[in-house]
Amino acid sequence: MEYEVTLITTMAIGIIAALSLNLITGFCGQISLGHAAFYGIGAYCAAMMTTNGLPFALALPAGALLAGVVGIFVGLASLRVRHDFLAITTMGVGFLFLGIVRQQDALGGELGIYGIPGSGLGREGFMLLALGLAVAVAAFSLYVKRSWMGYAFDAVADDEDTARQLGIDVPRYKLTAFAFGTALAGLAGGLYAHHVRYIGPDSFGFTESVAMLAMVVVGGIGSVPGVILAAAVMTLLPQWLQVVADYKLLLYGGLLFAVMRFSPGGLAGLFSLWRREPAPSKPAFSGGSD
Amino acid sequence: MARLLEVENLAVSFGGVAALQGVSFGLDEGELLGLIGPNGAGKTTALRVITGSVTPNAGQVRLAGHPLDGLAVHQRVRAGLGLSQQLVRPFRAMTVLENVTLAAGRAKTAAPLRALVNHDRSEERRRALKLLELVRISDSADAKPGELPLGILKRLEMARALALEPRVLLLDEPLAGLNHVEARELADTITELNLGGLSIVLIEHNLTEVMRICSRLVVLDNGWVLGDGAPARVMADAEVRAAYLGETGAGTLGKVLGHA
Repeated sequence: MEYEVTLITTMAIGIIAALSLNLITGFCGQISLGHAAFYGIGAYCAAMMTTNGLPFALALPAGALLAGVVGIFVGLASLRVRHDFLAITTMGVGFLFLGIVRQQDALGGELGIYGIPGSGLGREGFMLLALGLAVAVAAFSLYVKRSWMGYAFDAVADDEDTARQLGIDVPRYKLTAFAFGTALAGLAGGLYAHHVRYIGPDSFGFTESVAMLAMVVVGGIGSVPGVILAAAVMTLLPQWLQVVADYKLLLYGGLLFAVMRFSPGGLAGLFSLWRREPAPSKPAFSGGSD
Repeated sequence: MARLLEVENLAVSFGGVAALQGVSFGLDEGELLGLIGPNGAGKTTALRVITGSVTPNAGQVRLAGHPLDGLAVHQRVRAGLGLSQQLVRPFRAMTVLENVTLAAGRAKTAAPLRALVNHDRSEERRRALKLLELVRISDSADAKPGELPLGILKRLEMARALALEPRVLLLDEPLAGLNHVEARELADTITELNLGGLSIVLIEHNLTEVMRICSRLVVLDNGWVLGDGAPARVMADAEVRAAYLGETGAGTLGKVLGHA
């Protein structure tokens, strides 16, 4: 039973992380190859607070808040770059985060932070918290998608110059997507730190960023159910099969390639094809192709 | 009559090449102004300065007396400019109706958080549908732009600009690429909009239609204003004729002026 509880908790955290990136990349069309940095900021912030005696109930939202604030600053710096350049910029942010964390003794340096206290909710309680938050984030995503904000995000993802000509304040919408997406990544990070009870720089490396992007792309960029399904399967597989864990980067990279090549709409696209409906949308960050 | 849009002494150069040199003209309330000139005369550049996507080296644009300096594209749109672009750029993943509905909801998309708390699209959809009827493409409301011919996309572009409820409608070659019949129909639609009280700046190469529907012409050539006034009088000007003769040949111009 304990094993299942761990699996479900891991899956719920993976879903929150994937949905957080989906807000930025899926909804607003802004690619990010450094999303693990915000996951890491949330994790480090929350872990530092609880190891210093502050309550978990305060640490978790604080981690999300800090990740969101840093996300806004990174977003501000990224407003001038698009497509491939944005990919490289966000990748740089990911490495910058690792570089800083590795050099800080206060953050445990290379060794990371050990002995993070538990949430105080017990294993089952923590699993329910993670599941509840995953459901809430999924509901929020669907709410955003149906709102005028989601409508404007669609326009920004499709063609931002034209969006401006319809009176849409493109930079503010992008920043909003960054703020929401990075804050929710921070939330997932805080949960992760108190689930595994140990974090180090390696937990938030480039592989993690690629894994999150792979979940969004495999699920179907912008599709909430698709991303949930992909995140669930792709976080559980490495837990179940040691082979998958060993070749994670290779497998995720292969999946990314296969989806972009054969079904750019991801799982959601395959599903609509099966129902003989057009795919939900074209890949939002098709880069040079448009 | 009040000047609604004023362009004063605009100068723009791209990499040392002057695109506009001291261009001034104005648009009165309720006017349908034709902005014409040979290729490379600076018409589209002037339009891009007005909408804010090109920053001029000198000069000023005023809307209803208020300078637009330093305002971003979306702010100028919210101040009352509506642009229909030369190259159609519909949102490809949205249907025709969704394209126009988004523009009609500009009050709801003014700020992200306001957009987040609004879900209802029925009122905007109703207004968008009316505009599609106005430009006569309501049959294609549920189609994706990728499936539609240029003639319909040109009208979509215009419907979307109209959905913004602009005080000034800027049309960049709305008739280009349309056949004779389509061009005439769309020109009639533009006239109807103008008769309904909308002030319009029309950039157009189709001189037959321009002479037929515009109440005043501004002629640009090589970044200068060559002529400004009533269509027949402007086109009778020797300098304007020379600019066009070099471009389109005596035969074409003669025919067009014959029409007028």
